[in-house]
Amino acid sequence: MSLPMRESVRVKRDTNKTSAEKGPEAASIKMNAEGLKAWFGSSLALKGVSLPIVDKQVTAIIGPSGCGKSTFVRCLNRMHEVVPGARAEGTVMLDGADIYGPGTDPVLVRRRVGMVFQKPNPFPTMSIRDNVLAGMKLNRVAVTDRDALVEQTLRQVALWDEVKDVLARSGTSLSGGQQQRLCIARALALEPEVLLMDEPCSALDPIATARIEELIHEIGKRVTIVIVTHNMQQAARVSDHTAFFYMGELVEYAPTDQLFTQPSNSRTEDYITGRFG
Amino acid sequence: MTPSREHTDREYEGELADVRARLMRMGTLCEDMIEQAMRALSERDTALARATYDKDDEVNRLEVSIDDLVLRILARRQPVASDLRFLASSLKLVTDLERIGDLVANICDRVVELDEEPPMRPYGSLQLMASATTGMVHDALAAFVARDAKRAKDLLERDRVVDDYYRQLFGELLAEMMADGKNVYRATRLQSIAKYLERIADHATNIAERVVFLVEGKDIRHPFSRVTGA
Repeated sequence: MSLPMRESVRVKRDTNKTSAEKGPEAASIKMNAEGLKAWFGSSLALKGVSLPIVDKQVTAIIGPSGCGKSTFVRCLNRMHEVVPGARAEGTVMLDGADIYGPGTDPVLVRRRVGMVFQKPNPFPTMSIRDNVLAGMKLNRVAVTDRDALVEQTLRQVALWDEVKDVLARSGTSLSGGQQQRLCIARALALEPEVLLMDEPCSALDPIATARIEELIHEIGKRVTIVIVTHNMQQAARVSDHTAFFYMGELVEYAPTDQLFTQPSNSRTEDYITGRFG
Repeated sequence: MTPSREHTDREYEGELADVRARLMRMGTLCEDMIEQAMRALSERDTALARATYDKDDEVNRLEVSIDDLVLRILARRQPVASDLRFLASSLKLVTDLERIGDLVANICDRVVELDEEPPMRPYGSLQLMASATTGMVHDALAAFVARDAKRAKDLLERDRVVDDYYRQLFGELLAEMMADGKNVYRATRLQSIAKYLERIADHATNIAERVVFLVEGKDIRHPFSRVTGA
């Protein structure tokens, strides 16, 4: 079931054009948060956020520390509730069905909505190959040709040529940037429809960061991506849409080109130009 | 959207203030140069024309220093939103101001040439045209400093007044040349001065258009040359 179009998201990814040049082609909404509230114990971290996530495009979430951006993405695959005492309220539609609806299996949600974290976290006791297949094993997914899947997935993250001769080595033997690409490969092996990335480059050097950003451009053609970042230039570089969060609220959501040249809200202007606090 | 407060980083705030101050210095210099060049014309003051001509060097130096400063800020700060629009506008603005300086230097050249000839009858409309042009340069810069889009838009209409002065003067000087061939050398120089003033007013208009972009984020240049549906 597709959701009603909003004027502000009628932009389709086209890498040859800037957002302003893209035509008003209809973009479908993959996920849609409506009135999303989230708590840690009695502390309200998200105060009723409504935000669409456009299909096969990259949405960046920016905002100062503690604004609720990580909490928001963790609500998009029901990871938030894993924290003791944490709970969420509101709806998050995935292809028109509420992931918080009764009878929804969070494990299945997380298979469709994968996640990559700030710090690369390959399973230390597993080989590079087994790390790629880890999600399949945990989800008990039958794989007919494991070698083919490993190669195909590692090629997707541009890691194959670097590791094809050392697949039996531990995942932690790789550099930080390679480990993060391995983690992205692990998430992609399950063929998620949406990939959530929470500060995926904050522990990486500029070259490794550039590689991940290139990967985001590449993967973003096939998978819907939501990236949380402290790095505004990164949001400007990789995303089609940007949402600015402040104190648990969504302040502004706009095409990235527009938000970084002509934001409509003064708090967004102050934050992105460095006039905060 | 105009920023509601200063940058958290005071050094960055200071760098932007430095760009603004240098632009103002350059603009004030250009205004003074127009006024002095026209006084040199009316008073047949060759020394003043030469001294005014020499001021173009400072305008050129300011152009280079502002370009350099803005490029350093772009590289180091990666500005966005109103800061980005301000710095992008500044890069354009210095080019307009530098061209204004060059055009005033051209006026000074013509004044020196005219001072070697017997005087022609005074053309009051040329001084009126100069006054209107100086006013446009002044108001364009004031609108830039105050981020006043309305003042900038009002200015766009005033370019037509200067254009009308130019057409009127061109006709009058043509008539002088047709009446007596001995007037050709001097009348063509006065025509050139009128043309330089008309071009200066065009540069003031460019600055006004940049002010609208700076404040409202809207590019109002060439409204009839736009590709529609983009």
